[in-house]
Amino acid sequence: MEKTLLDLEPGTQGTIARFIGNPGFVRKLRTIGIREGKTLTVVTRHPLGGPMVIEVDGREVTLGRGMAGRVVVDVAA
Amino acid sequence: MKTVVLMGNPNVGKSGIFSRLTGTRVITSNYAGTTVDVSRGKMHLPDGPAAVIDAPGTYSLTPTNPAEEVAAEILGEADVVVNVVDSTNLERNLYLTLETLERGVPAAVALNLWDEAGHQGIAIDVAGLERLLGVPVVPTVGLSGQGIRELVGRLGGARPSATIRPMSEEERWATVGRITGEVQTIAHRHHTLADRLSEASIRPISGLFIALAVIAAAFLAVRWIGEGLIAYVFEPLFDLYTPIAMRASDLLGPGILHEILIGHLIDGEIDYVQSMGLLTTGLFVPFAMILPYIVAFYLVLSILEDTGYLPRLATLADTFFHRLGMHGYGIIPVFLGFGCNVPGALATRVLETKKQRFIAATLMSLAIPCMAQIAMIFGVLGPFGLHYVVMVFATLAVVYVAAGLILNRVVPGECPEIFLEIPPYRAPDLRATVMKTWMRVRGFIGEAIPYLFLGILLVNLLYSVGFLDLLAAVFAPVMEAWLGLPAGAAVALLVGFLRKDLAVGMLVPLGMSPEQLVIAVTMLTIYFPCVATFVVLLRELGARGMLAAAGVMVTAALLVGGALRMVLIGF
Ligand SMILES: Nc1nc2c(ncn2[C@@H]2O[C@H](COP(=O)(O)OP(=O)(O)OP(=O)(O)O)[C@@H](O)[C@H]2O)c(=O)[nH]1
Ligand SMILES: [Mg+2]
Repeated sequence: MEKTLLDLEPGTQGTIARFIGNPGFVRKLRTIGIREGKTLTVVTRHPLGGPMVIEVDGREVTLGRGMAGRVVVDVAA
Repeated sequence: MKTVVLMGNPNVGKSGIFSRLTGTRVITSNYAGTTVDVSRGKMHLPDGPAAVIDAPGTYSLTPTNPAEEVAAEILGEADVVVNVVDSTNLERNLYLTLETLERGVPAAVALNLWDEAGHQGIAIDVAGLERLLGVPVVPTVGLSGQGIRELVGRLGGARPSATIRPMSEEERWATVGRITGEVQTIAHRHHTLADRLSEASIRPISGLFIALAVIAAAFLAVRWIGEGLIAYVFEPLFDLYTPIAMRASDLLGPGILHEILIGHLIDGEIDYVQSMGLLTTGLFVPFAMILPYIVAFYLVLSILEDTGYLPRLATLADTFFHRLGMHGYGIIPVFLGFGCNVPGALATRVLETKKQRFIAATLMSLAIPCMAQIAMIFGVLGPFGLHYVVMVFATLAVVYVAAGLILNRVVPGECPEIFLEIPPYRAPDLRATVMKTWMRVRGFIGEAIPYLFLGILLVNLLYSVGFLDLLAAVFAPVMEAWLGLPAGAAVALLVGFLRKDLAVGMLVPLGMSPEQLVIAVTMLTIYFPCVATFVVLLRELGARGMLAAAGVMVTAALLVGGALRMVLIGF
């Protein structure tokens, strides 16, 4: 089932399906290691509109909620 | 002479390799964005001497912030590129490698952090990678120097890649995937203690407790080390020195030379804070009052930087910093600014937009006193009671937040979200920690001492021609009526442009009450940056930006000064 990263609870795992955004945005994500087909784990989601932290390939990345809302993830239903 | 440029993703060890290649030490830290400007050095290639350039890290040749712009630009100067790659993260790093090789510039690849790759069970087929990329590939460990000699040897014959041709972005990603699949094997990774610690320090609640503990520990460590150095090293040294200085004073006799070198005696004795001679105050203030805290601060900062804690703190602080018109990485200029505002101002380059950088730089210069100034504030205000020192810092904290909230509303522009790689926790290397601390301390000695001397000399000269009394008279209305300070405090503010630490010291002979001192040192922090910071801010913000920032500073200083006066002294 496809969901945006923003909707995933901490601890959830999923496969990155695609990104919603312009080529610059997509490149930014890919070059930091967030790429289509990778497995992602949600480490935490900070309250009060704070950022999310995810883990991909054993590396943690912090990203804002606006960006997280544009990452589409495939999760087991 | 050939120019060798070090290119690579952030935090892969470029600066470490630069130091190894050139013998010139530069700052390395365990977070992305340590290097924000180019450093230049020299090395010997097999075919002669070469210039070496250390560039900021970048994820691609399409920059997203000024530090990355510098990197993309500097590539144009390269005759040879050393592409430094994180072996524990090959796939991600290869994108920039391909982009670079596509430019057709002679290159070699350093597979750095080779030791960590080994520990993590990551194996890379070096010969296979070399064949696929068509340029020399050498495993290196920047920290120990392993592989550097071989890297240098193979740079002599570096050629443009024979296999990589310009390609489209999608093709490039496909190639990255193909190459990684062919050369890399990863043993299954277990969840380690470091992973668990990392997660705890990044989650909201556990993270907050860890952050408070770390900051409290850092603060106590700086105080404890600083006080220890003063009590056991520097004061005993000056006890030995005093008879010599008194002897010199006797020999010189009264006169202008005595005034300049020794200054005025107080009750027939040298008063190291108030005498204002080059050989008394000029030596005592920097060495016995400030240096111990500089050493202590940079030691602690170095440990914070090298463990990799700062990006985690940035993540925790993000929600808050976003309200101030920055994002969590705005905490980096704050930390560096506490050491010295100059690197703090430069570090604003890790922020993406003009608005963010303007706010970060303005707030730092408003409300972050540098360590030299902090040491003097403690030295001058501490004896009256610690609560006075707390008043100063509480006021500055309120100013930082209030000005941030306002600037976020009124400054036009965008405020992009945080997007940040969290480096792995690493145990700081003892030698590297000592070297880095020493480098920064040496920087302080080299810059602070000449300025302090100049400041003291200037103060003496200007007093003797009566200029400072004139200045004091002109500013008397503002000082006395608005701020409740003696007119002479205007002189300290003027000297503050040269060096704020000296300016704090100059408040002592004015015989002010502790409340007045609180007002004066707070004003001294807010009203304007010191000249060294000013020059950097002017370059980073441009003339218009600097003018706007200065407007904010002066306005804030007058408002805060007036408010403090009403609260602390009344009318
Ligand atoms: N274990 C290990 N640590 C390394 C190695 N090379 C560098 N480091 C550490 O990795 C961190 C980053 O090194 P830097 O040289 O600052 O990296 P950089 O690429 O210049 O980083 P930016 O300037 O931020 O782009 C530092 O903490 C180094 O001590 C290595 O080969 N092995
Ligand atoms: Mg660097």
